Amino acid sequence: MKKSRQLKGWLLVLIWSAIIAAIIAAPSVLPVFRLNLLGRYLSLAIVALGVDLIWGFAGLLSLGQGIFFALGGYCAAMYLQLNSSANLPNGIPEFFSLYGIQKLPFFWEPFKSPLFALIAIWLIPAIVAGLLGFLVFRNRIKGVYFSILTQAALLVFFNFFNGQQKLINGTNGLKTDVTQLLGQMVGSDLVQRWFFWLTAVLVLLTWLFARWIVRDRFGNILIGIRDDEPRVRFTGYNPTLFKTIVFSIAGGLAGISGALYTVQSGIVSPQFMTVPFSIEMVIWVAVGGRGTLLGAILGAVTINYAKSLVSEALPASWMFIQGGLFILVVTALPEGVLGWVQSDGPRNLLTRLGIPRPLSTYPSLEADGDKEVKP
Amino acid sequence: MQLILESLFNGVAIGSVLLIAALGLAIVFGLMGVINLAHGELMMLGAYSTYITQLIFKLPILMPFYNAYVIVAIAVAFLVSGVVGILLERSVIRRLYGNPLETLLATWGVSLILQQFVRSVPLAYGAGLIIALLLGLLLPIVLSKEFISNRYDRFIKLGSWSIATLIGVLTASGLSSSISKIGRASARNVDVTAPSWMRGGIDLWGITFPVTRLVIIVITLISVLSVTWFLNRSVWGIRIRAVTQNRSMSDCLGISTETVDILTFGIGSGLAGVAGVAVSLLGSVGPNVGGSYIVGCFMVVVLGGVGNLIGTVIASFSIGILTDLIGAGRLLTIWPDMPGPLASTVDFFATTSMARVLIFALIVIFLQFRPAGLFPQKGRMVEA
Repeated sequence: MKKSRQLKGWLLVLIWSAIIAAIIAAPSVLPVFRLNLLGRYLSLAIVALGVDLIWGFAGLLSLGQGIFFALGGYCAAMYLQLNSSANLPNGIPEFFSLYGIQKLPFFWEPFKSPLFALIAIWLIPAIVAGLLGFLVFRNRIKGVYFSILTQAALLVFFNFFNGQQKLINGTNGLKTDVTQLLGQMVGSDLVQRWFFWLTAVLVLLTWLFARWIVRDRFGNILIGIRDDEPRVRFTGYNPTLFKTIVFSIAGGLAGISGALYTVQSGIVSPQFMTVPFSIEMVIWVAVGGRGTLLGAILGAVTINYAKSLVSEALPASWMFIQGGLFILVVTALPEGVLGWVQSDGPRNLLTRLGIPRPLSTYPSLEADGDKEVKP
Repeated sequence: MQLILESLFNGVAIGSVLLIAALGLAIVFGLMGVINLAHGELMMLGAYSTYITQLIFKLPILMPFYNAYVIVAIAVAFLVSGVVGILLERSVIRRLYGNPLETLLATWGVSLILQQFVRSVPLAYGAGLIIALLLGLLLPIVLSKEFISNRYDRFIKLGSWSIATLIGVLTASGLSSSISKIGRASARNVDVTAPSWMRGGIDLWGITFPVTRLVIIVITLISVLSVTWFLNRSVWGIRIRAVTQNRSMSDCLGISTETVDILTFGIGSGLAGVAGVAVSLLGSVGPNVGGSYIVGCFMVVVLGGVGNLIGTVIASFSIGILTDLIGAGRLLTIWPDMPGPLASTVDFFATTSMARVLIFALIVIFLQFRPAGLFPQKGRMVEA
């Protein structure tokens, strides 16, 4: 037993060093285009971690994470736009003149300060998520009703951002790739490489942060809420508070993710708030393994990378594959890939194929060699 | 007066589209508790069935009956969406009863597949496939019991499926050769042209009522009435309600809950098809046509209170009337000398998308006071 645990520990170290080595090596091995894609997908891993926190641990299936993702993106893009429009007429971004606006709308003003923008990227989505969550959870609206309401909220935000040309350039969105940051063009290779490193570091930090959250009593309460909310309430905890906090954390993470994604893809637009994109976020987590944190990261990166590869080769087939993936994961692999591995799935599969499990006890106490073991 | 009447009519027209779209959902979600995100795609299938029916009626043989194609299309759309819905229930949703969140994700996957199916498979072949499925499922039911339940039943089943497949293939090739428009796959939107009697409008009290809108209101009315009748008066309707209220007790009393599930889901999906006919009369039909309705439908059901039809009816009409009042800026025309700040606020929300924003906010505020909707289900539960 001890030996196998040691082996597992070594294996974990090996996997981690492989991942870190891959990330360090990526910028010199991959062409710029692929590197940029990888950076984008890594930034999506952060929003997936948020989804895993609220869905995998607290059982809240939000179909509206796109709101917070896009809000973070808009915060970053607004700062970048302002930062590089000092020489333009009126000192305001170019698109305003198309709609005959002379003066900057009031809510753009604070984004002139880089410090404010850096804080707003995660704070504004977190506040919006907290407010929305509080209003919903206060009434004990939960389960599918919560999902439907978040989806409706997503549609509302989409309509708002899509319709307001004069405030935030409506459906065209805000471009960031031709803006300036620290005297460099954001779209240039050099800055993109910075962003890749930044994203990789932030993914690691977010992962540690998420682990820290769920390890202690707070995480236990979240799991309690997921499994039996009334009992948590009867024990004297207030589920509303905990749900609001974790939903707001997930919103903040989505904001960070959206900002990183925006600067690496060069534009933020209401397309980030479409319904399919937000549901996709859930499927990354579902495939990776809900409640496993690491699974969320792996799921987000692999599925998106597969998506870009498949859609380059066979554009029409991705929708079929994605649809099939949804059905397959839900019906056949509800714990996700990593969850399946962690719950002894491969060993059980071997048992089913006729290779018995090596026994460490005699006579068999808990696990017979020819039976499946479910944790 | 005239203004108010016109606004009311527009509101009722918008509301009736919402209602017919939400009706099937109210049954599937309200009675079975199943979240079907593919409901919009079932509507899309209904809309495409209307399109194909219309093209078939343009063939020389059927041309004299062209004006009646809408009525045939309603039946066709009901059958097509119903069969696809039943297949969906049997293959996927049946495994997921009691797991609403998982159902939600799986049906979203189904909706993606259906959308891409319409894009990359020629409509004629799709029609052939559905006819084959319909016949294959129907034949064992239509044939007499003695004929099937003997030792050759396996061969009879095989035979009926091969006949169904043959007819399906024949239909597909016949359709694709005689109507070139649906012989090739295309992702472009198609347009359903209304028959001549549905164009134009009826003038009454100085207002023009478009006939298409009136037809949709009538279709909605008939659907709501027949569903109400079915659920309250017919034997199977009563069984459905019994299973809704207490599944295990109904099972003990000899009601086949599996049949009830199939029937409920089939009817709910079929109604989505009927909604598709209504939608196809309003605008062009594309693979994404259903997606734009689905969220609104869920809001209607949640606002109305899950599990009853009256709530759904009232909710959809009030949302419809509010949408028209706010979105078309009618408040300003009805009350021209509104005070300045109020007028500018009303003006800010006077577009369709901004009206949606405001209405959603109103719904969330409403749910703060009545979390279970307009007409909540009575009863005592730990978790209401």
